[in-house]
Amino acid sequence: MNAPVLIQPNRIAGKGRLSVADPMRFTFDGKTLPALKGDTVASALIANDIHLVGRSFKYHRPRGIVSAGPEEPNALLGIQRDVARHTPNIRATVQEVYDGLEATSQNRWPSLKYDIGEINDVVSPLLSAGFYYKTFMWPRKAWDKVYEPFIRNAAGLGKAPVHKDPDRYSSQHEHCDVLILGGGVAGLSAALAAAKNGARVIICDEQPTFGGALHFDTDIVIDGMDGFSWAQQAMAKLAAMDNVRVLTRTTAFGYYAQNYVGLIERVSEHLSAPSADLPRERLWEVRAKKVIIATGSIERHMVFANNDRPGILLASSARTYLNHYGVAVGKNVGVYTANDSAYAAAFDLKEAGINIPAIVDIREHPNAELVAKAKALGIRVLTGHGVMAAGGKLRVSSMSVAPVNGGAREVIPIDSIIMSGGWTPSVHMFSQSRGKVAYDAAKSRFVPGVYAQDCVSVGSCNGTDDLSAIIDEAIKAGEEAATYVRPNTSQVSISIEANGGNAWEGTLIGAAPGAEAGKVVKAFVDFQNDVTAKDIRLAVQEGFQSIEHVKRFTTNGMATDQGKLSNMHGLAIAAEALGKELPEVGLTTFRAPYTPITFGALVSHSKGALFEPTRKTPMHESEVAIGAVFEDVGNWKRAWYYPKGGEDMHAAVNRECKTTRTNVGMFDASTLGKIEVVGPDAAEFLNLIYTNPFLKLGVGKLRYGIMCREDGFIYDDGVVARIAEDRFHVTTTTGGAPRVLNMMEDYLQTEFPHMKVWLTSTSEQWAVIAVQGPKSRDIIAPFVDGIDLSAEALPHMSMAEGTICGVPTRLMRMSFTGEMGFEINVPADYGRAVWDTLYEAVEAADGCAYGTESMHVLRAEKGYIIVGQDTDGTVTPHDAGLDWAVGKKKTDFVGIRGLKRPDLVASGRRQLVGLKSIDGRSVLEEGAQIVEDPNQPVPMKMIGWVSSSYWSENAQKPIAMALIEDGFNLMGKKLYVPMANEVIEVEVCKAVFVDEEGGRLHG
Amino acid sequence: MRRFSGFAVAREAMRAHKGWGQQWDNPEPKSSYDVIIIGAGGHGLATAYYLAKEHGITNVAVLEKGWLGGGNTGRNTTIIRSNYLFDESAGLYNHAVNLWEGLSQDLNYNVMFSQRGVMMMAHNVHDVQVFKRHVHANRLNGVDNEWLTPEQAKAYCPPLDISKSARYPVMGAALQRKGGTARHDAVAWGYARAAAARGVHIIQNCEVTGIKRGQGGEVTGVETSRGFIGAKKVGVVAAGNTSHVMQMADVQMPLESFPLQALVSEPVKPCFPCVVMSNTVHAYISQSDKGELVIGAGTDQYTSYSQTGGLHVIQHTLDAICEIFPIFSRMKMLRSWGGIVDVTPDRSPIIAQTPVPGLYVNCGWGTGGFKATPGSGHVFAHTIAKAAPHKINEGYTMERFTTGRLIDEAAAAAVSH
Amino acid sequence: MLLIHCPYCAEERPETEFAHAGEAHIERSTEMNALTDEGFSKFFFYRDNTKGTTFERWRHIHGCGRYFNAARDTVSDKFLTTYKAGEPKPDLSKLVDDQTNAGAKS
Repeated sequence: MNAPVLIQPNRIAGKGRLSVADPMRFTFDGKTLPALKGDTVASALIANDIHLVGRSFKYHRPRGIVSAGPEEPNALLGIQRDVARHTPNIRATVQEVYDGLEATSQNRWPSLKYDIGEINDVVSPLLSAGFYYKTFMWPRKAWDKVYEPFIRNAAGLGKAPVHKDPDRYSSQHEHCDVLILGGGVAGLSAALAAAKNGARVIICDEQPTFGGALHFDTDIVIDGMDGFSWAQQAMAKLAAMDNVRVLTRTTAFGYYAQNYVGLIERVSEHLSAPSADLPRERLWEVRAKKVIIATGSIERHMVFANNDRPGILLASSARTYLNHYGVAVGKNVGVYTANDSAYAAAFDLKEAGINIPAIVDIREHPNAELVAKAKALGIRVLTGHGVMAAGGKLRVSSMSVAPVNGGAREVIPIDSIIMSGGWTPSVHMFSQSRGKVAYDAAKSRFVPGVYAQDCVSVGSCNGTDDLSAIIDEAIKAGEEAATYVRPNTSQVSISIEANGGNAWEGTLIGAAPGAEAGKVVKAFVDFQNDVTAKDIRLAVQEGFQSIEHVKRFTTNGMATDQGKLSNMHGLAIAAEALGKELPEVGLTTFRAPYTPITFGALVSHSKGALFEPTRKTPMHESEVAIGAVFEDVGNWKRAWYYPKGGEDMHAAVNRECKTTRTNVGMFDASTLGKIEVVGPDAAEFLNLIYTNPFLKLGVGKLRYGIMCREDGFIYDDGVVARIAEDRFHVTTTTGGAPRVLNMMEDYLQTEFPHMKVWLTSTSEQWAVIAVQGPKSRDIIAPFVDGIDLSAEALPHMSMAEGTICGVPTRLMRMSFTGEMGFEINVPADYGRAVWDTLYEAVEAADGCAYGTESMHVLRAEKGYIIVGQDTDGTVTPHDAGLDWAVGKKKTDFVGIRGLKRPDLVASGRRQLVGLKSIDGRSVLEEGAQIVEDPNQPVPMKMIGWVSSSYWSENAQKPIAMALIEDGFNLMGKKLYVPMANEVIEVEVCKAVFVDEEGGRLHG
Repeated sequence: MRRFSGFAVAREAMRAHKGWGQQWDNPEPKSSYDVIIIGAGGHGLATAYYLAKEHGITNVAVLEKGWLGGGNTGRNTTIIRSNYLFDESAGLYNHAVNLWEGLSQDLNYNVMFSQRGVMMMAHNVHDVQVFKRHVHANRLNGVDNEWLTPEQAKAYCPPLDISKSARYPVMGAALQRKGGTARHDAVAWGYARAAAARGVHIIQNCEVTGIKRGQGGEVTGVETSRGFIGAKKVGVVAAGNTSHVMQMADVQMPLESFPLQALVSEPVKPCFPCVVMSNTVHAYISQSDKGELVIGAGTDQYTSYSQTGGLHVIQHTLDAICEIFPIFSRMKMLRSWGGIVDVTPDRSPIIAQTPVPGLYVNCGWGTGGFKATPGSGHVFAHTIAKAAPHKINEGYTMERFTTGRLIDEAAAAAVSH
Repeated sequence: MLLIHCPYCAEERPETEFAHAGEAHIERSTEMNALTDEGFSKFFFYRDNTKGTTFERWRHIHGCGRYFNAARDTVSDKFLTTYKAGEPKPDLSKLVDDQTNAGAKS
């Protein structure tokens, strides 16, 4: 943009690393604001002297920016690139400004400054921790009609997107020797050491630039240059090495079993006009031989009254804003601390010309050198004092200071407070790796204790404070990791010289003076979820003794920042209230993700057409061309019906069924599973797998087979062809192919390993065209060579090999329609050509193509079952009327014992029968239930259900199959199907509705 | 027990909530009890509550190795429904729904039972057949369940994508309006408080390490990390750890324990009005009162007691969620976690006496036990008190795995063509 | 996602290449017909479901296709070893020692 740069009141000339030569603009709640390239939304807002950015979850209190990193609990904004690219709850401290970015505050109405929800803050005494468990119970129906909608509307933060996400995400699997999490001093030192020793290294950091604490700590000199410059040089050095991958803007979010670590890279969210080639985010799924955790530590806030007022920040964050972004957090900044780090921040601000009215230190005797330096800079230091309360509402305006041991209060006007309660080592990733933390009582912190995986922690996340010690520890870890992974390489040593950087002392966990037990003040522990010190004490008072209970009752640490600031404070307050030591109360579990992760990034490419593979038969396009409507069956698209001239499904199916029975129809049966079973023991193997006998099946013959699991229930069915003595062509149901092959392999490999049998899936190798109907032979005959198609030579349930349309075929005389029919197996690549040729002939003969719906009707007219429709995993072969398919003389087959269990041979089992609608016209609904007495009260005794039901154009009546208790003995009995608005009378019959004698099969 | 009410809250608000006492005591274990329940999850606590309330048996201890409600009770996605197919299941789960409807008042604890409706999506012809079978059976069993067209489903749940071009288009849905969600922690806490008020001892941080048996093989008590505690009857309600606990009494179980993961998104303003389940694409989602999308994943494939699972399982779940609800792609996962679910061969629970006299077991709830909590506790209390099953849980024996009389809801939805 | 060593391929591969196949060393009787109802039930339905080291079957379904066995700790999910189908159960005490030693190294 060419517009002149607007004034940014808090931007300090000469400070920071951003360039005024790169101006940008963005909007906040509709107002256009200037920024510099490299700003985060937070730094840009503060530069414009805006601290008030949102409202809290429960009390709707005005909130400002607290931190400069991913631990931010308050500054959550809606970020929008365009209407479809709206994202709620983005941390302003992480989101980089790009030209044109639109940011909106959340959880307020009608505006950020005047929020009606603020009434909650006024009535907050009513809204104590867990209050909702104690009320809203009367009247009984009012909870989900009245109270709950009210609560729901008040809760929530940003608004969910309402448009389909137009962005693209990417993912990549990566393997490396050493994965280093964190690009601060420790991570970079470890990376340099590991890389130098030949290890394949990945190093990642969540920030756009490496350096970690070097972003704010300008007192450090490494290898003769300022720390931040050293970090940039180290990063460049690493990036130039072939064995190193450097990932910025990349957060390690989850540490899973066996050194599997998930990283999220924000690829284009910082760009004003990202190239269409770029994904928004990229998921890295890294498997590392060794992980070096160098995730640093996070500064804690101080828990005092009204510590949530906008303008109150962490000290190191204020230092980041100044030293990296060139932004002062205020003009008149108070300091409240229990830790030395705040002094460094105060000095930097003071030296940048900011007024520091006082450093309030709860310690009686802080580091004398620091106190002396403060005094030398003209800063008043109040040791042994606390901030009893902050004044102001939409922006902090004063701090009320008093001696810790009691005494008069002094109100000091300020426009910002920076604070430090000490530092919490970031043990998140270590803990996620299932390592056990240990308590460092001297410094009141948890550090890595017992490791569970191949990883090591270095630097401040390991509780190492001294700069030289950090570097030594990191180099050692890097070198050791490299030699651990490549034991035969000789070790190369590196050295890094560092000066400056103080090991900051001092800590306060729990409530600060003035917010102790008994004080009725709002001293926030968890900002976003509005959990105060007194809420935690109330939880303990009400009997919640486990820290997990305290967390759940108060919601402490459950907000979007996942307790990065609040967990230790909450724990300390609970421990105090319980009268226990901290480690006795225990830490809550650290769970993935470390920071919230976009669903889309985890989904990556697995959406739309790539959500699951779509399987199409070789003839698919020809079917599309003749107008097929498709249905999903598993991953397959199957032709459902072929409407002509505006037919609906019903009309099309009627025509297809009629044409097939009276003339000829063709059907794409390619989706059926096919397994080639080969070997000298193949027949014996099938004899064990199927309930049917297979030993005596002749070469060139087909047999319908039933397969059970050991429990005796029907698992799958299909036709088996014996191609040769030692070769079978087995077919399975469409959905059953993989599990049938898996089951066969299981038995073959583990139970019958002595058998010489080989199994090969051939489902995709064969295209299958069923041609059925009285004219089927006439249709195919002209195209077939080398096979005698006569009824004598190729009777029903036999097969022969030859050619069709010049293509090799396994031609099977079989029928799933009850008509004379053929199933033509040809190599898949020829499927479409053969289909097209045959279809031309079929059409010329006034035949038709039929789809799965007509296939279902035609087979139901004959009472043939469909496994999964007429059986449901509780049906035995006997129940399905297929007792004939169970080899009575066999001494073993899968299911032989299960079938004999008491309940499977008991009387009264549901058996598959036919049903006639007595009115001759009502087509029953599949799934409808059957009763003997329709007038009985609910709950009714149901004796069965309708598994298949259709209008049969051929029989000119409705037909149905049903599983009914003792059905085989109920032939002719009148039963009832009670529907919502009527009762349909039915009569039990045999499940055959066309050609009961079966003569048509044999034409 | 100090009664909870809006009035009590208002009064306490005037005095900084100083008057609230402990919701339940944390007593030292006595030397013996009439009944010991192993496992202070929702089912175990409910059992203790109903033993006291319905059967006057108050000399009861509930032993918990960790913190009460810390297992699957506090880790599930809180879906409540009863539109099951078989009579046994419909009876059990509908019994639970009936109890849910008055539970807040009964316990004097707001468990936030919200009947926002549970909608199960059908994505293919087979789903339609299976769900319609459920709707018909439910109607005749007096269980609320209705069939919706895709347009009706969209009207009930506006974020739904019902476009015909979706990879798995929506072909309809079965809706149980009486179904919904409840606040899981409140269920455990409400039962704990109400049971404690009737004299039940809830003993946390008390791990059972052995089950003691007398001369006749009968149960005499349990060894724990806090010493031996005698008992006339012991009820094991240990969910994923049931096999492990039952092993202490030399009883092998028809169970396997699997990791089951779930996740929540960051909170957002109300955008999702009901519960949606899709078995075909494996997606289970609702929005909590806090505004988080609560999403259930599938189980990992291997048995485990680790309470963690693989990222790929979470990814598959989100694939499915974003497929049906493409608008959620920019939402963010806030927290994920795992539980251990104990699964029987027919995926239905066992609520029964065991071969060991005095030893009872309530287990095998798999991925869906939360919804049954009140019903489960109610009939299990009956089973323990009377040494005989309630009519509702008569079929839920261990013997069914010998006779073959299974209650196999999942098999009844068999996917095969 | 677990990393699993296939004893046939002699390689560690990601879990998604494998299918878990239940408890190991449960042999199908060669005399199925002779089993009692209880015996059949034990064979088909009852499982140790061990908390600790379990013996289980896996199939390298998207790899070599072979079934093999593994000893895995179900509390830590760590594999102690994998071995080919048909090989005897490895000595547990030795495996746990190896694991402890390996753990001490890291």
